[in-house]
Amino acid sequence: MTAITPDVVRVAVPERSVRHDMRAVKIVLERELIRFWRDRMRMISGLMQPILWLLVMGNGLSNLTRLPGASSTGVDLKTFIFPGVCAMSVMFTAMFSAGSIVWDREFGFLREMLVAPVSRSAIVVGKCFGGALVATAQGAVIVALAGLASVPYNPVLIVTLLAEMFLGAFALTGFGIMMAARMKSMQSFFGLMQMAMMPMMFLSGALYPLNGLPTWLSVLTRFNPLTYAVDPLRQAVFAHLSVPAAVAARFNPGVTWNGWRVPVGLEIGIVVALGVGLLGVAIIEFRRGE
Amino acid sequence: MEAGGAPPGSAVEVDGLVKRFGELEAVKGIGFTVRPGEIFGFLGPNGAGKSTTISMLCTLLKPTAGAARVAGYDVVTQRDDVRRNIGLVFQDPTLDGYLTGEQNLRFHADLYGVPRSLFPERLRQVLEMVNLWDRRGDRVETYSGGMKRRLEIARGLLHSPRVLFLDEPTVGLDPQTRSSIWEYIRQLRDTEEITIFMTTHYMDEAEYCDRIAIIDSGKIVALDTPEALKASVGKDRVQINTDDDEATIAALKERFDLEAAVHEGAVTFAVPSGGEFVPRLFAELGIPIKSVSVSRPSLDDVFMSYTGNTIRDAEGSAGDFMRMMIRAGGRR
Repeated sequence: MTAITPDVVRVAVPERSVRHDMRAVKIVLERELIRFWRDRMRMISGLMQPILWLLVMGNGLSNLTRLPGASSTGVDLKTFIFPGVCAMSVMFTAMFSAGSIVWDREFGFLREMLVAPVSRSAIVVGKCFGGALVATAQGAVIVALAGLASVPYNPVLIVTLLAEMFLGAFALTGFGIMMAARMKSMQSFFGLMQMAMMPMMFLSGALYPLNGLPTWLSVLTRFNPLTYAVDPLRQAVFAHLSVPAAVAARFNPGVTWNGWRVPVGLEIGIVVALGVGLLGVAIIEFRRGE
Repeated sequence: MEAGGAPPGSAVEVDGLVKRFGELEAVKGIGFTVRPGEIFGFLGPNGAGKSTTISMLCTLLKPTAGAARVAGYDVVTQRDDVRRNIGLVFQDPTLDGYLTGEQNLRFHADLYGVPRSLFPERLRQVLEMVNLWDRRGDRVETYSGGMKRRLEIARGLLHSPRVLFLDEPTVGLDPQTRSSIWEYIRQLRDTEEITIFMTTHYMDEAEYCDRIAIIDSGKIVALDTPEALKASVGKDRVQINTDDDEATIAALKERFDLEAAVHEGAVTFAVPSGGEFVPRLFAELGIPIKSVSVSRPSLDDVFMSYTGNTIRDAEGSAGDFMRMMIRAGGRR
């Protein structure tokens, strides 16, 4: 074929259909994965913070919390903190992925997407699932470090953790995209994210058990959605450990509502419902923007 | 309306189009028609309303009043149909630098639903046209400014649009790249059965258009072929060199009643038939003339005669303000 050919291939763009929208979702998602893979720096910098928490804080504070009977099994603060660190790493990556919408807007690529004959929902859903997958991939790297926290490499546990992380990541990306829909600069987006993420992290039970807290703190943690993403991870980890009941009770008290222990199924339900709700709001925001 | 329907009578039809941003009326009720297959130039200084108009035609901005049809479809009520039939190359790049050239185009193909069976061949065709086939596997962030613009043109063509909108396609490029972009644009018309609607503020480039509309402060002040527009000015530009410019200007005023000024180092003025005027000039000026040149009116002169301004003078703070407004509006 030469550069200029008289028989030009003509393309007829089809009318909008569900199949077409699915194809759009897929390519938006794929782009997120390609970008994540290309941007290795981001992968490495995303690991820095969780590793600091796990190795430095975990080891450092373990001396304060050594329990009788726990040391023989190797379970200590690191083990406790491990699910929290998984959740944190997922949270940071999910927010960063959502922030890429602001980035796309600043660099014009969003316009390429918004002028296409495809529904806004397809773009937002693609972004959201892409962000959730990327965040789960980052979380998987932390799961690979389980041995450092005396967490066993049990296939069932690993699959459970990955699945729960994905659901949490999905809700968090939805939250991030909802925020990003209105933002015009990366600076303001990250400013806002810092403001939202720090309290969410500290009030989630990622770093300390949620029992025996002062009432005000206890109430705040129960209203924090991240709490319900962290607890199932910890439940899964402790279900695969053999530790004395006293240790389990201290390290893994679960989440209680007025004394009633919230089952894992309900916690996951809350996370999923929240994710779907936030995604819906994000879609409405993008539609209204037209 | 169906996708494969008969080609419309006109590629673009605009009637009484108005766009207001709060107090500011950026486009003040314009109307024009673009015929299928032509290269239509939208000419004006920055801030004249070019980008606002193009954004409305591309369904990115809602008109405040008036109507527009692109490829036969209404830009407000049949937005998706318009989108399926247009290609866009924006003023600012809209490529993903992390992706390769090919990946950027594949993204576009999937978003537009280009049939998978046609994609490989079409990809090759558009990339070969802009001479980027060999670079398709490289990340776009490694491309030069000109390569990026070429890739955007290829992408805008990928889904065989009936109307291709080019918003300042050559702005910020070096002269060599500019002329190569123009080569692609002209080649396109021969191979693709496409209508090209472009904005520019480079006067020399407007010459390549079949017809041009001159827009100034949100209104169309002239619309015709470049030749007809130049003829309508009716005056040639005469430039003379003498030893005493001041005296020459005074003499021109006194003896011929002509307003002259020094431009580009020569005394410059306009007369209806330059060639016939020169013998009189030598006979009656009374000041020795060292050299003389007569030129047909350029589009610069056309612009000047319709707006009372050169295109560069007309660009100013108003332009910057408009760009800001458009960016704020272009968010959606």
